[in-house]
Amino acid sequence: MSVLDPIIELARGLGTTLKMMLERPVTVQYPEQKRQVRPRFRGRHVLKRYENGLEKCIGCSLCAAACPADAIFVEAGENTDEERYSPGERYASTYEINMIRCIYCGYCEDACPTEAIVLGDNYELSFFDRRSAIYTREMLLESVSSPEMLTPQKVEPGKYSRRSVPEMKDPAD
Amino acid sequence: MLSDWTLWLEWFVKAVVVTLALLAGFAYLTWYERRALARIQTRIGPNRAGPFGLLQPIADAVKLIFKEELTPSKADRIIFFWAPIITLVPSIIIAAVIPWGPSFSAFGREITLYVADINVGVLYLMSIASIAVYGIVLAGWSSNSKYAMLGGLRASAQMISYELALGFSFATVIILADSMRLLDIVERQENMWFAVVQPVGALIFWIATLAEVNRAPFDMPEAEQELTAGYHSEYSGMKFALFFMAEYQKMIVICAIAATLYFGGFREFWFLKDTIFSVDYAWTLGSWQITNWFLGPLYIFVKVVVLLFGMIWVRATWPRIRYDRLMSFGWKVMLPLSLAITFITATGIVLADIFNNRLYFWAIPVVSTLVGLFTVVMIYRELRRKAYERA
Repeated sequence: MSVLDPIIELARGLGTTLKMMLERPVTVQYPEQKRQVRPRFRGRHVLKRYENGLEKCIGCSLCAAACPADAIFVEAGENTDEERYSPGERYASTYEINMIRCIYCGYCEDACPTEAIVLGDNYELSFFDRRSAIYTREMLLESVSSPEMLTPQKVEPGKYSRRSVPEMKDPAD
Repeated sequence: MLSDWTLWLEWFVKAVVVTLALLAGFAYLTWYERRALARIQTRIGPNRAGPFGLLQPIADAVKLIFKEELTPSKADRIIFFWAPIITLVPSIIIAAVIPWGPSFSAFGREITLYVADINVGVLYLMSIASIAVYGIVLAGWSSNSKYAMLGGLRASAQMISYELALGFSFATVIILADSMRLLDIVERQENMWFAVVQPVGALIFWIATLAEVNRAPFDMPEAEQELTAGYHSEYSGMKFALFFMAEYQKMIVICAIAATLYFGGFREFWFLKDTIFSVDYAWTLGSWQITNWFLGPLYIFVKVVVLLFGMIWVRATWPRIRYDRLMSFGWKVMLPLSLAITFITATGIVLADIFNNRLYFWAIPVVSTLVGLFTVVMIYRELRRKAYERA
């Protein structure tokens, strides 16, 4: 401790701020430049498909039951071999998530028996009105690489009529 | 002489130029401050509107113009309306006496680069700078809000306290220059800036002006954490913009005054006096001669920009000083120190005159610096004693 400490400390503060000026700004220029999200990031939901394009969702409504914010609405429809959406008997004919209600907790993901609903990496959710905050089945479904993979598909009878319980994997990350 | 319409035209043009320079300066000072603060905080700052965000002030202005203007229902409407104007006008007219370049001849007449040449220019600066506080106090009073009221009271108390030290630092300059005319003060600095002759005086001036324009670390009247926005809590829209404008224009003007009084005004560095960079240097192009007069506005501009950076830098670095400490610093440190500085300066000049020895003159900076260091030691001891008492 010297008597000049008051001055030295003030000058050191000034030096620190001046030094920070020479550093690179940490700003990310957001709309042009997007940062990769973390592996377990919980963003907008995605309804997954199998490799052949059939939907994983079987319309069981367990996600809606698990949802603490009551943001999910599911209505099930019957599959036929002429118009097959998912393996097994039923599929989600209506699947709606209210993105304003959703708290992105991921319980729906945990509840899903077929790993159909997954919280993705899209966080750009902003709306001009409440109505457009409700994401429908078509908006949530994963896109397909070729048109013949679109649902409903016409399949050979009996091939997918069994219950659909996919092989569960441990989370990779 | 008053019937000479060209003289009227010259005055008019110069007044418009000064006013517009201040208005544009205000707009771009906000941009400059935001960019500089952002860089200090390792951000980028406004860079979206136009190249480097240069159109940001225009966007801000458009936003403020279209904002709703509220008047609190129990406010004193007349004073509430006039307070921003009373604050703004002094901050513009104070610039009238600041010389921003040497005189030159054009259109067959001598053109001087200042709006008014008052032989007591320093007094004019002092008085107009003090008037600005009325607007702030009246704004605080008329708003009928406790935050605004406290902000206005703090502003007045703070300004009165620091005005004394400011006045004495003006006095040192007057003694050194032997004149109150700002043009004389600038000319006397052609051999040596007063900031070198009287560094402590310059420092006192700097600290006092920070308090005078309510800048951090002395921004008590608008201390956000305590008083929301202080005296302009209740103002919105263009009325708020006027306060904002007044504050930033005062910053520019006070930096111009600092440059004029202590940093050679529109003149070059004293050691560049006889070189091509001097404002007196004359070019001979064929049959006609021009002087370097255009360097004058450039030099004062550069000085103002550098001094403004100092203000922004201080704001980015130091926390706000507590109100009681601000007061005791003003009365117990700044005032005695500035008195001592004035005394030392006057004594040095008189002794140098009597004994005809420049050594006494150069004792001024040495003795002043020693007194300044002594003050720092005393502050340190006081702080130690207080810490000891608390423990």
